[in-house]
Amino acid sequence: MSSISDVQIDHDDHHHAPPKGLMRWVLTTNHKDIGSMYLWFSFAMFLTGGAMAMVIRAELFQPGLQFVEPNFFNQMTTVHGLIMVFGAVMPAFTGLANWLIPMMIGAPDMALPRMNNWSFWILPFAFAILLASLFMEGGGPNFGWTFYAPLSTTYAPDSVALFVFSVHIMGISSIMGAINVIVTIMNMRAPGMTYMKLPLFVWTWLITAFLLIAVMPVLAGVVTMVLTDKFFGTSFFDAAGGGDPVLFQHIFWFFGHPEVYIMILPSFGIISAIVPAFSRKKLFGYASMVYATASIAGLSFIVWAHHMFTTGMPVQAELFFMYCTMLISVPTGVKVFNWVATMWRGAISFETPMLFALAFIVLFTIGGFSGLMLAITPVDFQYHDTYFVVAHFHYVLVSGAIFSIMAACYFWLPKWTGKMYDEGLAKLHFWCSLISVNVLFFPMHFLGLGGMPRRIPDYALQFADVNAIVSLGGFAFGLSQLIFLAVVIKCIRSGEPATAKPWEGAEGLEWDLLPAKAPYHSFSTPPEVK
Amino acid sequence: MSAHAPLVKRLIVVVFAMFGFGFALVPLYEVFCDITGINGKTDNVASQAATEQDLSRKVTVEFISYVPNQLAWQFEPKVKRVEVYPGESMQIEFIAANQSRAVGTVQAVPSVSPGPAATHLKKVSCFCFEQQTLSPGEHQDMPLLFYLDPDLPAHISTVTLAYTLFDVTPETTLKASVDTTEDGAKL
Amino acid sequence: MTRCIQLLLLLASSPAAFAEGGMSYNLRPGVTAISQQVYGLHMTIFYICCAIGVVVFGAMFWAIIHHRKSKGAKPASFHESTKVEIVWTVIPFLILIGMAIPATKTLLAMEDPSNADLTVQVTGSQWKWHYKYFDYELEYYSLLASDQDEITGKRAKRENYLLEVDRPLVLPVGKKVRFLMTSEDVIHSWWVPDFAVKKDANPGFINEAWTIIDEPGIYRGQCAELCGKDHGFMPVVVIAKEQDEFDQWIAEQQQAYQQAKQEEQALLAMTMDEAELMSVGEQVYDKHCAACHQANGEGLPGVFPALKDSPIALGDVDAHIDIIVNGKAGTAMQAFGKQLTLKEIAAVTTYERNAWGNDTGDLVQAKDVAALKGQE
Repeated sequence: MSSISDVQIDHDDHHHAPPKGLMRWVLTTNHKDIGSMYLWFSFAMFLTGGAMAMVIRAELFQPGLQFVEPNFFNQMTTVHGLIMVFGAVMPAFTGLANWLIPMMIGAPDMALPRMNNWSFWILPFAFAILLASLFMEGGGPNFGWTFYAPLSTTYAPDSVALFVFSVHIMGISSIMGAINVIVTIMNMRAPGMTYMKLPLFVWTWLITAFLLIAVMPVLAGVVTMVLTDKFFGTSFFDAAGGGDPVLFQHIFWFFGHPEVYIMILPSFGIISAIVPAFSRKKLFGYASMVYATASIAGLSFIVWAHHMFTTGMPVQAELFFMYCTMLISVPTGVKVFNWVATMWRGAISFETPMLFALAFIVLFTIGGFSGLMLAITPVDFQYHDTYFVVAHFHYVLVSGAIFSIMAACYFWLPKWTGKMYDEGLAKLHFWCSLISVNVLFFPMHFLGLGGMPRRIPDYALQFADVNAIVSLGGFAFGLSQLIFLAVVIKCIRSGEPATAKPWEGAEGLEWDLLPAKAPYHSFSTPPEVK
Repeated sequence: MSAHAPLVKRLIVVVFAMFGFGFALVPLYEVFCDITGINGKTDNVASQAATEQDLSRKVTVEFISYVPNQLAWQFEPKVKRVEVYPGESMQIEFIAANQSRAVGTVQAVPSVSPGPAATHLKKVSCFCFEQQTLSPGEHQDMPLLFYLDPDLPAHISTVTLAYTLFDVTPETTLKASVDTTEDGAKL
Repeated sequence: MTRCIQLLLLLASSPAAFAEGGMSYNLRPGVTAISQQVYGLHMTIFYICCAIGVVVFGAMFWAIIHHRKSKGAKPASFHESTKVEIVWTVIPFLILIGMAIPATKTLLAMEDPSNADLTVQVTGSQWKWHYKYFDYELEYYSLLASDQDEITGKRAKRENYLLEVDRPLVLPVGKKVRFLMTSEDVIHSWWVPDFAVKKDANPGFINEAWTIIDEPGIYRGQCAELCGKDHGFMPVVVIAKEQDEFDQWIAEQQQAYQQAKQEEQALLAMTMDEAELMSVGEQVYDKHCAACHQANGEGLPGVFPALKDSPIALGDVDAHIDIIVNGKAGTAMQAFGKQLTLKEIAAVTTYERNAWGNDTGDLVQAKDVAALKGQE
C-alpha cells in the first residue's frame, strides 16, 4: 500500500502499564482493551442469540408443538433477531474498529477515549434490560425484530417499554462509537496517510460510521413513536386517530435498509485485507472498491420500500424501488469481481482466515443472487415473508458478516495476542461451520419456494423432512462455534509465539511497524507514511 | 479533545437533525400521500363544489363499511354502488345505529381503492369530517356529498370508498357507561 | 461450497417440483395467467443468476486450483485495469436491463384496472379470516380446522394439517375476482401461492388484489405477516368451482344463511339441557376461546387471563355474557356477538361457568343471550 520510511516502534508502554484487576476494564480508555471487551461481549451475545436459535430449531424439528408455546416462540424469534443484529454483529465490528483503525492509520488511540469507554459500557445494560423483559409477566417483545405497528403498540405486552428503552441505549452506544470512528479517521491519520492510501477496512468503516449517524437516530425516533403510541395516547400508527400503520414500515425501513449495509460494509473491508494477503498480490482495483462502497451506501437510502411491496403501493413506486434495488448489484458485483481478480495469477495459500474469506465470497454471492431475485417486485410477492427471505438474509449475515468477523479474528489474533492459534483446530472449526451453515440455510430456500411462511412455530406436514434437516444443520452449526471458543482460549493461553508479520503477503502499518504482540500503546509518535 | 471539538459538534448536529428527520417523515409522508394517494387516504377537509362535468364516461363508485367486532354499532351505506359522471355531485347516505347499551362516539376513517383515485374523490360535506356521538338505541342517517374530479385517470372505472368505524369514546364516558351496564344487569 | 453448487445444479436441472405428492422444492406455476408469468420470471432470473455464478465461481476456483502457492505459482503484479473494470460494470448493467424488461411487463400486467365480475371483502383478525361477498347476502368466518389435539400431538395429524379451514372461500373459475383486504386489529397478509396473490391487510385501510383462476380445485395458503401468537394457525383455503356450480353454491348458502337466522328465532323458545349445553359449549370453546384462554381455562399469565376461578366466570351471568358478546375494548378480547350464534354463546357461557371446577351450576339459554343483545 505505502512504503514506510520512518520505522518507529513504540517502546514506552512500560511507562503506562495497565492497572490490574476489574477496575482496569471498567475504567479503561485504551482502544485495545475496549476492542477486546467489545469482541468478547459480542461473542457472548452470539452464543445467547444462538441458544435462542436452538430453541427455535428444536421446536421446528417436527411438526406440532413440542417444547414451547407460540407466544414464547415469537419472543425467541424476536429477541434472537435483536441480539444477533445489535448485540453480535454490530459490536463485533465496533470491536474490530477499535482494535484496528488506530493501528492501521498510525494513531495512538481513538480520538475520544472516554466516550469510547462509555459507548461500550452502556451496552451490557441495554441487553440486560432486553433479556430481563423476557421474564416479565406477559413476556418480552414478541412482535418480530422489525416490530411492525400495531402489533408492537396496541397489541404488544407492556414490556415493550423495556424494549424501547433498550433500543435507545443500543442506539446511543452505536452513535457514540460511530462519531469516535469518524473523528479518529478524519483527524488522526499519520502524516502522509492520505485518504486514498487508507486500508479498505478503514474506508468501509468510515462509510459505515456515516450510515450509522444517519440512521440510528431515525430508529430512535421510530421506537419513541411506538412508545408514545402505546402509552401516551398518540396515534402515529393508529388509523383511528388519523395515523397509518404503513407509515411505521416506511420509517423503520428507512433505518432498516442502511442498517443492512452497516452490517456488511466492514466485511468488505476485512475480505479486501485478507484476500490480497494470502494471494500475495496487491488488491485489484483499490479505487473502484472505495467508489463501490460509497455508491452502495448512497443507494441504500433509496431502496427501503423493497421490504414493503405487499403493503400496496402505486405501480410507479414499485418500479422505482425495484430498479434502484437491482442497481445495487452493480457495485456489489464489482467488489466480487475485484476479489476474484486479486486471486487471479496470485500465489494462493489456504490458512484459516483465507478459507473463511473464500467461503464468504461464494456464500455472500449466493445471498446476493437471492437478493437480486427478491428485488424483482412481481416475484417478490411470492417470496415475501417466506423462508426464502430467511435463507437470503442468513446467507448474507451468517455466512457473510459473521464469517468475515471470524476471518478477521483469525487474521489479527497473532497481532492481538502475540501468539499463533492452532491451525488444525481452526481448520476443523472452518470445515464444520462451512458444512453445517449450508445444511442449515440452503434448504430454507426450498422451504420458502415450497410456501412456508416465516415466523411460524408449526407447519404443514409437507415441510417436515426439510425442516428436520435444517434443524440438524442448526445444531451442528451451533456446536461448531464452541470450537472457535476453544481455538481462541488455546491461542491466548498456550499459543506458539508469533512473528511480527506471520502472514507473508500482509500489508499495513500494524504488520510492518509493530512487534508480534501490538504494545498497549502503539504509535504514540505517529509514523511517517510515504 | 479540543482539536476534535469542531468535528464532534458537527456530527452531533447531524445526529439530532436525523432524529428530527425521523419525526419529519410523519408530515412528509402525509404530504407525499396527498400528492400520490399512495395509501388511499382522502382529503379530510371539505372541497369546493364541482364546476364542470365530464359527460363522456361514467365511473362506478362502490361504498363499503367496516365495523370492528368490538363495536356494537350498525353502520352501512344505503346504496352499495352508484354510477356518476366525473364532476357530477352526488349525495348518498350511510345509516348508523348505536346498538350497545352505552353512549358511544365513533370516528369514520375513509380509505379509497385504487390508491391513485383517492386524491380525485372530493367530498363537499361528509359525516366523516367529525366524530359522531349516538345514545344507546339511537340511529341516524349520515350524509356524504361528493364528486369525482374530472381529472380522474381514464383507466380507472371503479372507485371503492370504504369507511372503517373506530371507537373514540373518551375513557371517562366509557367508564361511566360500564358502570351503567353493570347497574342495568342488576336491574 | 461444492455441496451448495451441487444443490444449485440439482435445482436448475429440475425446474418443476421433484417431490411427488409432498413438498414442492420450487415455486409453483400456479393456476392463473399471472402466477404462470411470475413463475416464468422466477425461473429466468434464477437461470441468469446460475450462469453468472458459474462464470464467477468458475474463475475463482480456477485460480484456487491453478494459482496456488503449493503448486509453485509466482504472483503477478497487476492490480488495476480501467478497461476490465469498465467491462464488468457495464455487462452486469446490461444483464440487469435484460431482467428489468420482463419484470416490468409482469408488474404492469398485474395492474389491470378493468371491472371485476365478483368482489370479495377479505378481513383478517387475530387469528381468522372473514369473507364477505359484496353483491350477495353472504358473509362468514373461516377458521383453522385442525384441532388442538393434532397440534399437541395427542392425535395423528391429518393430511392437510394446518392448511384446512372449516369454511373455505368459494370462487368461480374464469371470472375476474377482486379482493378488498383490510384488518380489524394488526396487519395480516392474505396469501395463496397458486394465484401469486399476497397482499397485506392493514387496519383502517383497504388494499386491492385480483385474480382469474383457470382451473377448478382446492388451493391452500397462509397468513404471511406476523400477526401475534397464532400467526401460524390462520390458513387460507379457496375452492374454485365452475360458474354454474358456484351459482348453485351461492344460492344454497344464501338460503342456509336465511334459515339459520330463522332457526335462531325459533331457538329462543327452546330450553337446552345441561349435557347438550356443555358438549356444544366445549366444542365452541376449543375452537374460539382455547387459543388464548387455553383448553384448561388457565390462560397465559400476563397475556391472556384465566377463566378458571375468575371473577367473570363465577360472577354475574349477564356481565359474563356481555363480555363474550361485546368483547372488551382495549384488549385482545374480541366481540363474539357476530361470530357465534345465540345457541353457541349460551353453550359456551354455560361451559365456562361449569368447567374446570367453576361449578356455578348456572345454565344459560339462547333467550338469555338474546335478551342481553336486545333482540327479542
